[in-house]
Amino acid sequence: MVESAAVTASLAPARPLGALAAASRVLPAARLTALGDAARLVFRGREAAIGPAGEAFGVALPREACRFNAGNGRFAFWLGPDEWLLLAPGAEPAPLFAAIEAATAGLPHSLVDVSARSVGIELAGDKAAFVLNQGNPLDLSLDAFPVGMCTRTVFHKAEIVLVRHAPDVFHIDVWRSFAPYVWELLEDARRELA
Amino acid sequence: MTNRFRTASGGRIDRAAPLSFRFDGQTFSGFKGDTLASALIANGVHLVGRSFKYHRPRGFLSAGSDEPNALVNVARDAARAAPNLRATQVELYEGLKAQSQNRWPSLSFDAGAVNDLAAPFLPAGFYYKTFMWPAGAWKRFYEPKIRAMAGLGVAPDLPDPDRYTQNHAHCDVLVVGAGPAGLAAALAAAESGAKVILCDEQAELGGSLLSETTATIEGKPAADWLAATLATLTARDNVTLMPRTTAFGYFPHNHIALAERVTEHLAAPGPDLPRERLWEVRAKEVVIAAGALERPLVFPDNDRPGVLLADSARTYANRYGTKVGERAVIFTACDAGYRAALDLKAAGVSIAAIADLRAEVSGELPSRALAAGIDVRPSTVLVGTKGRLRVASAQLAKVTKGAVGPAETIACDSVLMSGGFTPSVHLFSQSRGKLVWDGAAGAYLPGTSVERERSAGACRGVNGLQRVLEDGYAQGEAAALAARTYTSPARGATPAPAAPSRSIPASAEDLGTDGFIGATPHGRNPAFTKAFVDWQNDVTAKDLKLATREGMRSIEHVKRYTTTGMATDQGKTSNMNALGIVSEALDTPVPKIGLTTFRPPFTPTTFGLFAGAARGDVFDPVRKTAIHDWAAEHGAAFEDVGNWKRAHYFPRAGEDMHAAVARECKAVRASVGMFDASTLGKIEVVGPDAAEFMNRMYTNAWAKLEPGRLRYGVMLREDGFVMDDGVVGRMAADRFHVTTTTGGAPRVLAHMEDYLQTEWPDLDVWLTSTTEQWSVIAVQGPKAREVIAPLIEGIDLSKEAFPHMSVREGTILGVPTRLFSVSFTGELGFEINVPSAYGRAVWEAVYAAGERFGITPYGTETMHVLRAEKGYIIVGQETDGTATPDDVNLGWAVGKAKKDFVGKRSLLRESMSAPDRRQLVGLKTTDPKIVLEEGAQIVADPAAPVPVPMLGFVTSSYHSAVLGRSIALAMVKGGRARIGTKLMVPMPTHAIEVEVVEPVFYDPKGERLNG
Repeated sequence: MVESAAVTASLAPARPLGALAAASRVLPAARLTALGDAARLVFRGREAAIGPAGEAFGVALPREACRFNAGNGRFAFWLGPDEWLLLAPGAEPAPLFAAIEAATAGLPHSLVDVSARSVGIELAGDKAAFVLNQGNPLDLSLDAFPVGMCTRTVFHKAEIVLVRHAPDVFHIDVWRSFAPYVWELLEDARRELA
Repeated sequence: MTNRFRTASGGRIDRAAPLSFRFDGQTFSGFKGDTLASALIANGVHLVGRSFKYHRPRGFLSAGSDEPNALVNVARDAARAAPNLRATQVELYEGLKAQSQNRWPSLSFDAGAVNDLAAPFLPAGFYYKTFMWPAGAWKRFYEPKIRAMAGLGVAPDLPDPDRYTQNHAHCDVLVVGAGPAGLAAALAAAESGAKVILCDEQAELGGSLLSETTATIEGKPAADWLAATLATLTARDNVTLMPRTTAFGYFPHNHIALAERVTEHLAAPGPDLPRERLWEVRAKEVVIAAGALERPLVFPDNDRPGVLLADSARTYANRYGTKVGERAVIFTACDAGYRAALDLKAAGVSIAAIADLRAEVSGELPSRALAAGIDVRPSTVLVGTKGRLRVASAQLAKVTKGAVGPAETIACDSVLMSGGFTPSVHLFSQSRGKLVWDGAAGAYLPGTSVERERSAGACRGVNGLQRVLEDGYAQGEAAALAARTYTSPARGATPAPAAPSRSIPASAEDLGTDGFIGATPHGRNPAFTKAFVDWQNDVTAKDLKLATREGMRSIEHVKRYTTTGMATDQGKTSNMNALGIVSEALDTPVPKIGLTTFRPPFTPTTFGLFAGAARGDVFDPVRKTAIHDWAAEHGAAFEDVGNWKRAHYFPRAGEDMHAAVARECKAVRASVGMFDASTLGKIEVVGPDAAEFMNRMYTNAWAKLEPGRLRYGVMLREDGFVMDDGVVGRMAADRFHVTTTTGGAPRVLAHMEDYLQTEWPDLDVWLTSTTEQWSVIAVQGPKAREVIAPLIEGIDLSKEAFPHMSVREGTILGVPTRLFSVSFTGELGFEINVPSAYGRAVWEAVYAAGERFGITPYGTETMHVLRAEKGYIIVGQETDGTATPDDVNLGWAVGKAKKDFVGKRSLLRESMSAPDRRQLVGLKTTDPKIVLEEGAQIVADPAAPVPVPMLGFVTSSYHSAVLGRSIALAMVKGGRARIGTKLMVPMPTHAIEVEVVEPVFYDPKGERLNG
């Protein structure tokens, strides 16, 4: 079966963090931003499918554990030895889905559209790691968690995907229903920076 | 009030910054840099509390976190009140308000002090013996009374308005304690490039150096060396200095918990600051530089206000510019008493006498004391003190050949004692390192390590300032080296301490290793003396001896019987003396008595610290569907299902739950209702081997299910019992859209992944959770098709093209949808799956389209009633983990021809098909108005002799508005064979008669499903 056609945009997508983000204070040491819509695909597969999938997506799938590749505003996050999260901010998922399916036809793999499953949050500023470490136990020093790293981890009791784009810029991808919980705890954690 | 007991100059207080504060309602003044203790002492106040059991007047014993007596309540307001704070650790701020505890009506006149006179009736373990009769009175009467009488402070009963945060940190070397050893260790580790955290419980870093006036290090006065060293450390970006931070717990794999007090010392803390921060530190290597604690001497009446540890008195003089009195008697078993005497004398305190337990008094410090004209008395003990609320005199007696001679009374306003120093091995012991008795040092010292840690300085028995500094430096270097070669948190690393690569010449008085453990001789009738061992729990030498007489041999038993060492100070000042007394009483060497275990926390820790941000709305994630807010706006009552909030029912004005549910049920049966089913778990199973995988995981056969069709799937555990169920859609040959129960979603995914990864890694199939990708809108009822038809594009909704249990892809208002024709109500029904970003918008559109049919939003309660009317089970309600598919009438869903599936072999066991297994049936009460209680037991004859044989229990029970009567589902032994018979449901007052029926109450032929 082929995935459905693109959304004709008669209905607007809901933003689960809209109200929280609107009420958020600007704190330069740890700026908090709700990121916009994106196409998100989970790609899993055997060796033969990995190359063609990356080619069709436009970003080669990284083979190093917990690293991501980026290009043309798209990102391929390594989440497991045979698992990648493909992120294309602002893109429609259906054409991407179709392109990757076409490129990997007949090769053992799984491609699933999870665009609406999660939402993105950006945390940026020189205290970003301090804020994250209030709910995340990882060593976020640049030695241990360099720019270009991504991993599935936790923030308090919620599972997140944590990405470091720059020394003081992190992105969090969190399932929709956990997003307000994560946002409120990020707000709580950065409160003392006011 | 004036600071009559201030020295003229000196100390680390800021004399230019006076502060006023209140204690028990009276206003006093102190200086910035004071603790509450030092400021009160400067004002001549020593009486600060009443003891736990006997309500004896108590003063300060120490100047640090080992303080057992001076526990106070510090309150900023009614909610911000902290009881049991050690006044020796409370930093003074302008306007601080403190109160004494455990006294009534006042500190100087305390009615509870009658306990002191009643002491002969309150020996150790008295509550095990005295209050045993009449039965039951302990709980109702004695315990509440004793608790009210004995005790510490009172916790505030208002919610804590302060914030607490929790942080994680990682470092190469964590140094605990910023005294000379810790500073040197931090310096060494930092110089070799390691990432270092140095924490100390005190407001100022420096430890014992803060009390040094004469020592020099590397040619500088100790205070200057300290300032320079701190400046060096501060300037390094690989060092984090953390004052006011207690390392209170040592957990496996070098996971150390630190409590940082952020605002406790501030007069007006900012509202955005946390009161305290928990730091969870993962350190590659740990250096424990916890120092040593001075031991009191155990002599009669050693607990009067004005009786202090000698080195603490020296700290008050040198660090805080505060005299503990005007005239002191010193009782010592080591040179620390002399050092204190000389420093206090220099500060202007007159030293009436030094009673030295030792016969031989020689060495530099005693010589200097003699030269200073101090009355030094060797072989002399204190046999008692006098004074009501403050010590007024001490009785000294000479010991000759073990016999205590006549006492001489010497007037004084303070008694300073020193029994030597006990290495602080608390953290080492918490790390499960093995302690070893060192006879020469007379102390337990760290032996074999379990964690990657090492001790440095006085806490491992090193003494002498230069030796301590150099040991610290060596341990710091070794720790940094070990951190560089670190590969794993493997336990038991015990690298030998290296010689330091740097010499740190220092000169300071050398105290040697003399000391005393146990109770000092006094020659008085022990029945009439109280020589305290544990000040906080009011345990005397006599109590410990009683425990040994009553048969206790292990220190663990003595501890529990007498409660020695069990107070909030964890026996910091008392443990070694208790060991000494038990050792003497049993005539057994100290190491044979054993040692109690040190447990976290090192000092009391607030609940707020542990709770952190996890309180109120963010205590736990509250998961809401995309449609949640619409339901809330339409008055839904919600129920918790796991972490989800689900709309329970939608009451209209004046409706209770019963009325709302009845209306919702009728609407679905008569016209159409809509239901938010988004919380259902969803898993996309994709890959060439998807069908094979489904065959193995579920009881059903999947190979022949055509794309575009749905099937109800049953999943078993390996033991053959029903684990989960759900409708599965085959989207394509290699793609299944699996649904699970709401609560079962993570469990089912983990179960599947477990098999896939460990048993069948060869299968080309992958699992992706799509629970939150899809909003699911169930539209149910005879008008369902008419409601959605105008909204759907690309799907032929006709009965023929889209039969019951089918799935099609198309769009709804332009939004891609996977449309299921499925029913959990027994009516014609559809489930509209749309990406959850559009969940609410599509829901609103369906609601609008359904208005002309009176579309009724319904909640989980109505869903439950409707499915019960149809006899559809809910896994977890009808099943309890011991039901086979056949037990719950799902035998039809088991693929008999299938080679294998998870649980198949278990189903073949004889007992799994025994005819008397509990089976799902319906129950109808003879009186249709009675709604049975869920969980009620079912019997054949309630009058049968006890134990009455139980036949089963009610699993679901509701009033059915459509049927106009109650209905129930039940699991009953051999239930299917009992259909048509009557059984009884006994209740506390009477038994209810029921008829066993088929479990389908409504539309048994299922004709309504197809519309």
